[in-house]
Amino acid sequence: MADGGLWRRLLRLDRRWIFVLVGLATAVPLLFPVNLPVTPTPRVQAFYDAVESVPEGSPVLLSLDYEPDIMAELQPMSIAVLRHCFRRNLKPVILTLYPAGPGLIERALAIASEAEGKKRDVDFVFLGYKSGSQSVILGLGESIRSMFPEDFWGTPIDDIPLMANLNAYADFPLVINLSGSAIADYYIRIAATRYHKPLLLGCTAVMATDYYPYLSSGQLLGLMGGMKGAAEYERLAGLFGDARRGMDAQSMVHVVIVILVILGNVALLTTGGLRRGPGASSGGGSREP
Amino acid sequence: MRQGPFVLTFLVGAMLIAIFFIPHYRAQQVQTQLLDWANIVYAFALALGSISLLVLHGNKVRAGGSQAKYSFVTVAALVVITVAGVVQGVEEGTLVNRIYNAVNAPLASTMFALLAFFIASAAFRAFRARNTEATLLLATALIMMFGRVSIGEFVWSGFPPLTEWLLDVPNLAAKRGVAIGVGLGAVATALKIILGIDRSYMGKA
Amino acid sequence: MSHSVDTWIMALLTLCVFSFLYRDNPFYRFAEHLFVGAAAGYLLAVQYQNVLVPNMIRPLGRGNLLPLVPLALGIMLLGRLAEKTSSASRWALAFYVGIYSGIAVPAYMQAQIFAQLADATKPWQPGWGAINSALILIGFLTVLAYFFFSAPHRGLHGASARVGIWFLMVAFGASFGYTVMARVSLLIARVQFLLRDWLGVLPGA
Repeated sequence: MADGGLWRRLLRLDRRWIFVLVGLATAVPLLFPVNLPVTPTPRVQAFYDAVESVPEGSPVLLSLDYEPDIMAELQPMSIAVLRHCFRRNLKPVILTLYPAGPGLIERALAIASEAEGKKRDVDFVFLGYKSGSQSVILGLGESIRSMFPEDFWGTPIDDIPLMANLNAYADFPLVINLSGSAIADYYIRIAATRYHKPLLLGCTAVMATDYYPYLSSGQLLGLMGGMKGAAEYERLAGLFGDARRGMDAQSMVHVVIVILVILGNVALLTTGGLRRGPGASSGGGSREP
Repeated sequence: MRQGPFVLTFLVGAMLIAIFFIPHYRAQQVQTQLLDWANIVYAFALALGSISLLVLHGNKVRAGGSQAKYSFVTVAALVVITVAGVVQGVEEGTLVNRIYNAVNAPLASTMFALLAFFIASAAFRAFRARNTEATLLLATALIMMFGRVSIGEFVWSGFPPLTEWLLDVPNLAAKRGVAIGVGLGAVATALKIILGIDRSYMGKA
Repeated sequence: MSHSVDTWIMALLTLCVFSFLYRDNPFYRFAEHLFVGAAAGYLLAVQYQNVLVPNMIRPLGRGNLLPLVPLALGIMLLGRLAEKTSSASRWALAFYVGIYSGIAVPAYMQAQIFAQLADATKPWQPGWGAINSALILIGFLTVLAYFFFSAPHRGLHGASARVGIWFLMVAFGASFGYTVMARVSLLIARVQFLLRDWLGVLPGA
């Protein structure tokens, strides 16, 4: 029963060894990247194609609704989408419904506009932050001016030529929402359903699977989920950003977890524990944070 | 007087349902106004929560003991950030914004990142193919985790289309059922509240 | 290695949280309590600056007396802090719940129930796609059967509910896989921060 003993010991493994394994699987691929290929999935391709299909020079309404805590997933999306819009000579009108959003968006805009040689108020407008999420999304259907009388840097909207004919969803051929919260649902309910606007959604991976019904019903035209979705978009737009840089580590940690699940099941099966109950082992902080 | 609040709920609830069907801009203005007011009430609700937190940790500090110093940290952070934010604002360049970027953001994202480790450990110890349902869950999760990243595709080119099918067919079907189920539940609950049939949200106050 | 004070604070707080992986310790407790206080303080400061100032304080300053209504409701809500005044908070609660119930009814009906039902009842795809369409319809109906608790899950209803659970399990498996992906992404970003922004040892930085 040497094997049985080995499996039994494995089941009692201190979980801190697993933590070490996950830590190494994250850090090593970042330190020694091999840049595994990233292939775009159909939903991200649809997102990209929808941006491609907007006539050159058109305005696009971009609502970037996230804060630094989940920027790992959404900031690379913002940069990639902005650069894509700029390359196509589209005119993004950007806003955020999160108070800690403007700093991140300013950074994303600086990176994207510098890379593509675009100018504020000529090639894009940043309206800044406005509180009240749902009421703002409703208000955008009637009057952008009443919601945002001036832009982020204090220029009155009426002094920006780009905004001359833009005042509601109806004036934009496309609305894009990159969001880590229920704001995505509000855009679906209000912009896509009530105002019938073509809507694209980029969200955290946690949320992504919930939005497939809306793709089927046409309430969403494209969906980009998490850092992986951002990496696919970077690939489509011919960019190499933080999302693609993280993909080796993402692969490696997933492989580690898959192997752990399989080992755990085999160990329990071998020791006959699957019928009796879970194995126990501890270590590490005992309170779950 | 006891019935008063329920009449108020009925009036604002019924009014907002009616406004949905009236496209006139004045109706929309009323709606925006009411939502603004609701946001103000919500701000007071958050203040209520913060005061409770302050009282709780303030009492712990006063009681002393080994945990008092940690409660002091909570109280100090809460008071300093609130006061600085009220006095100076929260925009770029303010103290609060700097604290947010240097303290809140790394703490929040690291707390979530910590879960990556615990998910790995829990997956090893508790993710078991005990019966049909658990096996379906486990198999789908494994296919998703492996097939959705580059290395899965490298091993078998069939992984990406398989994950796409799982998302597009069984996942879509279930999530649609959930969306409609939740939608019906939300509408029924909302109507019961507006009509005063469900009064449980008031508690015993 | 970074020379920025903020980067050092961020790095040290990140390490404080990660130290929990070894075991519970004072550094983690400090970070945890700091997080609670800082998050509550920030939320309050933001609500003050972005809700109370533009929607209440500024209009009142201009002589617009309408915001007195939500102000009164807000103060009534704070009545919850004392036993004697807590019944006043019922008015504020009634207003807030009424608003969001009124918003919910048409919004859920239109976007979640009608739009999804319309999509569920559209003609099936031609050719092999019809199999997927059929599976989506079966999954959707059986999941709804599972959520229907008004009748006991027996006979045909019971069998449908069981199939519904299978669809739900596949969907939950997919969600689990994606949740792992999200947490791992956040971990990657934290490690990228430590190795690149703080230590400066990442290639291509």
